[in-house]
Amino acid sequence: MRLVILEDYDQASEWAAKYICNRIIQFKPSQGRYFTLGLPTGSTPLGCYKKLIEYHKNGDLSFKYVKTFNMDEYVGLPRNHPESYHSYMWNNFFKHIDIDPNNAHILDGNAPDLQAECDAFEKKIEEAGGIDLFVGGIGPDGHIAFNEPGSSLSSRTRLKTLAMDTILANAKYFDGDLSKVPTMALTVGVGTVMDAREVMILITGAHKAFALYKAIEEGVNHMWTVSAFQQHPRTIFVCDEDATLELRVKTVKYFKGLMHVHNKLVDPLYSMKEN
Amino acid sequence: MPSNKSVSDAPIVQFTNCRILRSHQLQREDLWVREGKILNPEKLFFDEKGSADIQLDCKDSIITPGFIDVQINGGFGVDFSLATDDFKSGIDLVSQKILSHGVTSFCPTLVTSPPSVYHQVLPQISIRNGGAHGAGILGAHLEGPFISKEKKGAHPEHCLRTFEAGAFQDLLATYGSLDCVRIVTLAPEMKRSSEVIQELTKRGICVSLGHSVANLSQAEEAVQHGATFITHLFNAMLPFHHRDPGIVGLLTSDKIPAGRRVFYGMISDGIHTNPAALRIAHRAHPKGLVLVTDAIAGMGLAPGRHTLGQQVVEIDGLNTYIAGTKTLSGSVATMDTCVRHFQEATGCSVETALEAASLHPAQLLGIEHKKGTLNYDSDAGTGMGTMV
Repeated sequence: MRLVILEDYDQASEWAAKYICNRIIQFKPSQGRYFTLGLPTGSTPLGCYKKLIEYHKNGDLSFKYVKTFNMDEYVGLPRNHPESYHSYMWNNFFKHIDIDPNNAHILDGNAPDLQAECDAFEKKIEEAGGIDLFVGGIGPDGHIAFNEPGSSLSSRTRLKTLAMDTILANAKYFDGDLSKVPTMALTVGVGTVMDAREVMILITGAHKAFALYKAIEEGVNHMWTVSAFQQHPRTIFVCDEDATLELRVKTVKYFKGLMHVHNKLVDPLYSMKEN
Repeated sequence: MPSNKSVSDAPIVQFTNCRILRSHQLQREDLWVREGKILNPEKLFFDEKGSADIQLDCKDSIITPGFIDVQINGGFGVDFSLATDDFKSGIDLVSQKILSHGVTSFCPTLVTSPPSVYHQVLPQISIRNGGAHGAGILGAHLEGPFISKEKKGAHPEHCLRTFEAGAFQDLLATYGSLDCVRIVTLAPEMKRSSEVIQELTKRGICVSLGHSVANLSQAEEAVQHGATFITHLFNAMLPFHHRDPGIVGLLTSDKIPAGRRVFYGMISDGIHTNPAALRIAHRAHPKGLVLVTDAIAGMGLAPGRHTLGQQVVEIDGLNTYIAGTKTLSGSVATMDTCVRHFQEATGCSVETALEAASLHPAQLLGIEHKKGTLNYDSDAGTGMGTMV
C-alpha cells in the first residue's frame, strides 16, 4: 500500500483531489472510453469534492466522460430527504460539475426489490468495464462503505443492517435523534471494492486513528473490513497527522520518508486545458 | 437536454453565477426554469436524467421573484379609470413597460368613478398570465366609491356612494360585474359594510380598508368579517392616536382571528410617508408590509398635467397633487425605486425589501404557491438586477 500522510484535513483533501484529477486526465477519457470512479459520502470526502469542483470550474477537469458509482444509500429514506446520499451527492458534487446524469449511479434504497437493485448495480459496474478508481472512507469501526464488522470479505452489493457504532456516528446528521437514523442500507460489498483496479481510502481525524491502526498494522480481519485492502495490489491510504495517532512511530516515519515519491503522483497537476 | 426519460421536450434554462431569493435568504444557487416554471434540478437529474440546454451567466446578479403591484392606477399616459376606446392597448402598454421595473404581476386600480366607467372598463380587464409580452394581470383593484367623504383624498366627491339601501346589491349595481375584481377598498364605518365585506370575502375578493375615518373597533370588526388589507397605510385615514389608534392600530391588534394576517400597503416613495413613520409600521408588523406604487398615468412621463379618473393632477418631480391644491394624488414612483427607498429608509436586509414587493403581496392574494417566490414549481416570473 501507499500511506500518504499530510499535515491536516485540507492538505489531505487537496492531495486526494489532485490524485483523482491526474488519474482521470492521464486516462484520456473520451466518447465510449469512460473513466469509472467509485465515490463515498460523509464528512471526510467533502474537502476533496470541493477541490475537484474547483478544478472543474477552472476548466482544468471535465467529468463529461466519467462514470460514477456510489458506495451506498440508506434504505427507506425518501430520495429527496436532505440526508439521503442522493441529496448529498447532488448538493456536494453533481450540481457543480458537468457529469451526464445517465452516468451517475447511486443505489436506490426505495426500490421495490432491494436485492434485485443490488444485483443490477453489480451488473452496471460490470457493463461499465469495472471500476478504475474506487474512493472510500473508513468508519470508526473500521468498516468500508456499510460493510459492518463481521461482513464477509468476499461480499458483493447487498442489504446490510447498520451497527450501533455507525448509527451513533450518523446521528449528528439527524438532529442527534437516534430514532431518526435509518437502520438499514444498501452497500457495495468488500469484494466489489476489491475488484476495482485501484482503491483510495481517505482517513482524517483522531477519531479514525484506531480504525486505521487496525486496518493496516494488524491482520486481515472481517471485524475491521478495511483491512481487506492489504491484499489489494494498488491501494492508497490518504490521511492527516491526527489519523496516524495510533500507528507505530516506525510506520509513520517510513511512509513520511516516501513523500517525495508520493508527491510525484500529484505534481505536476495535469489540466484538460493542455489537450 | 431531453433524455428518453424526460417529461417534456421544452428547453431547460439554467441561470448560473447568481444569488437567488429563497427561504427568506439570498442563496448562492443556480435557478432552473422550464416552460415558465421553476424546476427542481435534483429531480431533473435523478428522475429525468436531464440537464440544462442553455446556461446563462448572471454575473453575480440577484434573481428575485417578480414584484407584484396591487395598487397601480396607470402609467406612461394610460389612466385605468378612463373609459377610452383604446383601453385594452393602454393596459397592454403599462403591463409591458412595468416589466423593466421588475413588476411581473399587477392589479390595475380604478379610483372612485361613476358607474358608467366601471361598466365600460371592467369587462375589458381580463385576468391573464404574464410573459415576455408584459406583466400578468391578477384582477382589478377597485378603490372606491364606497369610501368616506372626509377622507376622499384625490377622489371626486360627486362620485362617492354608500350601500346603505341595498348593501351588496348596491355594490354590484355600481360595479356591474365582479368577475375580474381582485381587491375592493372601502370604508368599514359605512352602514351595512359588514354584510358587504362578508359577501365579497365569500367570493374570494380581498377587502381592503382605506379612505376611512373608522376607529380601531370598527376596523377590527371589518377584519373579523373578512377584511385582510389596508390601503396605503397612514394616508386617507385617521392619524394614530394613543387612545384610539384607528386603522393603524390593526398592525398590533390582538383581535385578528387566529391564523390570519392583516397586510398593509405602503407607498415608500419618500413623499407619502415620512421615513420615521415607515419605520414604525415596519417594526410593528414587518410580515404584513406590502409595497405598492399607487402610480398614476403620469408615471414614466415628463412632469406636467395628467388625469387621474375624473380629476386633473399636476406632477412636479416626485410630487403629484390635485391640480391647484396640495392634496396628494397617487405617485409617479416605480416599484424598483420603492423597494430601494424602503430598504434605505428602514435599513432592512435586501431579502426583506424584496419580499415586501413579492412574497407579501402574493400571500395577501393567497397565491404564494405560484407567485412571489422562487420555490420549485412556482411560476417563473422573475426579475434580475443588482441591488446596492
